[in-house]
Amino acid sequence: MKNRLRNKYDVVIVGGGPAGLAAALGAQEAGAEHILLIDREIETGGILNQCIHSGFGLHYFKEELTGPEYAERFIRSVLSGNVEILTDSYVLDISPDLHLEVISGNDGYLHLKGAAVVLAMGCRERTRGAIRTPGFRPAGVMTAGLAQKMVNMKGLLPGRRVAILGSGDIGLIMARRLTLEGCEVVGVYELLPYSNGLTRNVVQCLDDFDIPLHVSTTVAFIHGQNRVERLTIAPVNHQLVPDPSRSRDVNCDTLLLSIGLIPENELSTRLRLRMDPATGGPQVTSTLETSLPGVFACGNVLHVHDIVDFVSEESLRAGRFAAELALGIRRPCDNISLQTGENVASCVPHSLSPDREQTIYFRVKQPMKHCLLTIGDRYEKKFRMLIPSEMIRLTLAPEVLDHYFGGKLKIDVQPQKVA
Amino acid sequence: MYDVIIIGGGIVGCALARELSRYNLRLALIEKEVEVGFGTSKTNSGIIHAGHHSAEGTLKGKFEWAGNQRWDDLARDLKFGFKRIGELLIAQKPEDLQYLEDLKKQGDSRGVTGLEIWEPKQIRKAEPNLSHSILQALHAPTAAVINPYEACFGLIECARQNGAQLFCDHPVMSIRQKDDGFSIQTGQKKFLSQIILNATGVFADRVAAMIGADNFKIFPRKGEEYLLDRRLQGIVSHLIFPTPSATSKGVLIIPTVDGPIMVGPTAEEVDNRENLSTSFAGASKIFASVRKSCPAISERDTITEFAGLRAVSGTNDFIIEPSPVKGFYNIAGIQSPGLTAAPVIATFVTEMLRADGLALTEKSTWKAAIDGPPHFAQMTTRERQAAILDDPAFGRIVCRCESVTEAEIRYAIRHGARTLDGVKFRVRAGMGRCQGGFCTTRIMDLLAQTLAIPLAEITKRGRGSNVCTPRHDDLSVEDLG
Ligand SMILES: Cc1cc2nc3c(=O)[nH]c(=O)nc-3n(C[C@H](O)[C@H](O)[C@H](O)COP(=O)(O)OP(=O)(O)OC[C@H]3O[C@@H](n4cnc5c(N)ncnc54)[C@H](O)[C@@H]3O)c2cc1C
Ligand SMILES: Cc1cc2nc3c(=O)[nH]c(=O)nc-3n(C[C@H](O)[C@H](O)[C@H](O)COP(=O)(O)OP(=O)(O)OC[C@H]3O[C@@H](n4cnc5c(N)ncnc54)[C@H](O)[C@@H]3O)c2cc1C
Repeated sequence: MKNRLRNKYDVVIVGGGPAGLAAALGAQEAGAEHILLIDREIETGGILNQCIHSGFGLHYFKEELTGPEYAERFIRSVLSGNVEILTDSYVLDISPDLHLEVISGNDGYLHLKGAAVVLAMGCRERTRGAIRTPGFRPAGVMTAGLAQKMVNMKGLLPGRRVAILGSGDIGLIMARRLTLEGCEVVGVYELLPYSNGLTRNVVQCLDDFDIPLHVSTTVAFIHGQNRVERLTIAPVNHQLVPDPSRSRDVNCDTLLLSIGLIPENELSTRLRLRMDPATGGPQVTSTLETSLPGVFACGNVLHVHDIVDFVSEESLRAGRFAAELALGIRRPCDNISLQTGENVASCVPHSLSPDREQTIYFRVKQPMKHCLLTIGDRYEKKFRMLIPSEMIRLTLAPEVLDHYFGGKLKIDVQPQKVA
Repeated sequence: MYDVIIIGGGIVGCALARELSRYNLRLALIEKEVEVGFGTSKTNSGIIHAGHHSAEGTLKGKFEWAGNQRWDDLARDLKFGFKRIGELLIAQKPEDLQYLEDLKKQGDSRGVTGLEIWEPKQIRKAEPNLSHSILQALHAPTAAVINPYEACFGLIECARQNGAQLFCDHPVMSIRQKDDGFSIQTGQKKFLSQIILNATGVFADRVAAMIGADNFKIFPRKGEEYLLDRRLQGIVSHLIFPTPSATSKGVLIIPTVDGPIMVGPTAEEVDNRENLSTSFAGASKIFASVRKSCPAISERDTITEFAGLRAVSGTNDFIIEPSPVKGFYNIAGIQSPGLTAAPVIATFVTEMLRADGLALTEKSTWKAAIDGPPHFAQMTTRERQAAILDDPAFGRIVCRCESVTEAEIRYAIRHGARTLDGVKFRVRAGMGRCQGGFCTTRIMDLLAQTLAIPLAEITKRGRGSNVCTPRHDDLSVEDLG
């Protein structure tokens, strides 16, 4: 096994979820010869392996697949090419000159070098500490993703009577999953005045199962010495502070948290990449290259996506650009800075090149009906509805960009008067 | 029949067990939780106090400095993390300056080494992120930090290696006096012993009452603590103490031995001895107070919080004495600096037993040190390579946030971890940013395999805290057909 591995690669990809797999394909298509994909788990596929529900691939494959099916298609293409896959292996550290320190169940301790490195480590879930819910610390409080893994991979239930705090997509999907498993889901409680999940998930996972969604509501106290026994639920005011006078208690034995995802930043911060506080991930150029030359990022480690199809699309490009760098192919030079304007929470990438068509992603700060998106003064588009939980993806033609050569381009969303 | 039974496996009970294991005694420790250290001893600030804080003329004052000096040897022998990072007690108001002088005098007269008053320039050089409104600070280089639960695990492992017996998950329900000693009934079993040492923390008066030895009362006082993201690591390098007010000792900034910053504790009287809840009020109090000395710290950086109960006695001092019932000793009211003092409390009690006629002959085989658990994260590259070659389980990282390997988790389970918390407190797996989001199921697998129990029986911290339930449909396909 040992001599199988080289110590120098054109492109090394850290993480074998949908992002890493697509990056490997992209690198291969662009002509890189030596590509290594590293994942911590025994199997590639990342989070998709535990997402056994369907709804993946509608954009990318134009058909509805389950998570593992979606991953399978990519894994098959990757396996048929020249990508080396190193699973059960963990990237501990990356040096600024792109040496990777890897430990592996099979191959022991490894040192490798990549001419280019693609970060594709995915994201993690926000935990109870991040919201400081007062109360006891019993068993039965866990993130929705952990519950998903328990149910789908281990054949265990997190409990019998379940409440869900936060209306992120994983929480919504778990509300349906647990109901189908015979659990009683007593309600989903969302701090903000609107759901944080995709509309289709609210309809298909809550409405269709008569599970109530309580917005502007939170868990004000967790009761139970050893195991969750009860929650105090309270509506919140405009400052999002719970109002104890209108609180009530709900009996349950489990509290799932679906309160957001954050990019897995361990390696990005070790590499001292320039970060974007709005996305929680690194800042990148139009070629998805970070502030450290040769290091690229894609998928949820760059910014949290709501649908995996966009992850794949973005990561194919990242892989391609990484390969081009490794092969010494001249890449476009960015000279336009992309910035968030009115009502825009975050955008990716952070700079653009006027040389070719550019793909950008952004999210709005709050739900907006009938609004007008403008990007500089050469691009506008009307939307009937924009919500923070749905990331918008757009492509901009060189003609739109040319005008801003050397300058700044701002994304604004303004409410529109409807006649 | 045992010679001595210690009830309560907190830091005090564990220190007693190790100390008494030096002698030829039939010795056991009985603990109600599934693992030692799961009471107040795991939910505190983890500070080995510098030696100058506790008032003269109290047992606390007597033991703080003596206790402090014991920890270098203990940490070396028992292989737990220990750093003398020093403490700065800051004065932000002119009227606080006198307090610093008085405290320095108290420390100096006790022999506490290195106490120094620092002026703003020196403070700013050492701690650039502290508020610029600090007038003076008292620097105490002897203050140190540890992970208190690691100390418990090390002490008990050493005691066991030297012949002491440990019975966890044995809540003492009743105690009866017999002609030749006591009979102790736990939830599982009956024990007989000549001598009982009651080291049951906040429950000490309840346990003493089982035999009419409760000539004192315990008033639990809750303290909440908040652990912050590694992002803030290094924002201060010393322990930061405010000048205490008449009502409160104030909120501390604690660079924990593992690096992350912790802030706390609060102080609140409670009735319920199991009330370990945290509150909005506690969090706001802590962060409001901390912001005064270190403006960059915010509640948004919290990754987890917890609360602990101080066992405050009516005299507000330690109670370490023979009870009215001969052979039954109370080691109670061990509030702060109880962690610091525990090693000397153990020697003090041992001498008390000797004086009362217990025959103490030293074992020639007694070993002060234990091998201690492996720490992959702290190994050099070469050590890592060797470790993986020796055991491939070192090549499998289970906890990403803290780089904990499967081999370390297996070791922890072989050495007494029975629960998710037990694993977490021994090897830090699940203690980082994701708080177990990724690794919980892997750790459950390892516990289930090693202990040969079904996954559904795994608990967070003992009886009743099961992490999950089996599916309803344990019916097999045939049953449905
Ligand atoms: C619990 C959970 C449930 C989700 N459910 C859905 C859903 O139902 N539908 C949906 O559209 N989206 C879902 N998402 C979002 C989903 O993560 C993305 O759509 C997609 O999986 C992101 O792909 P990725 O490759 O960026 O990340 P991931 O799929 O998370 O893959 C990252 C991979 O990197 C590996 N890795 C990380 N660090 C290292 C390292 N240092 N060394 C080696 N390997 C490493 C990980 O083991 C993992 O395999 C979910 C996310 C989470 C966290
Ligand atoms: C918030 C906070 C911060 C603190 N910070 C510091 C600090 O920084 N430095 C310092 O020196 N001190 C500190 N202290 C004080 C220190 O934590 C205590 O003094 C010390 O932990 C007390 O140890 P113990 O062994 O007496 O009690 P415990 O650790 O509570 O041990 C008692 C044990 O007895 C067991 N028990 C109870 N009833 C029974 C029964 N019926 N049968 C069997 N077993 C039983 C319990 O389960 C428990 O394990 C702090 C305390 C708090 C609350």
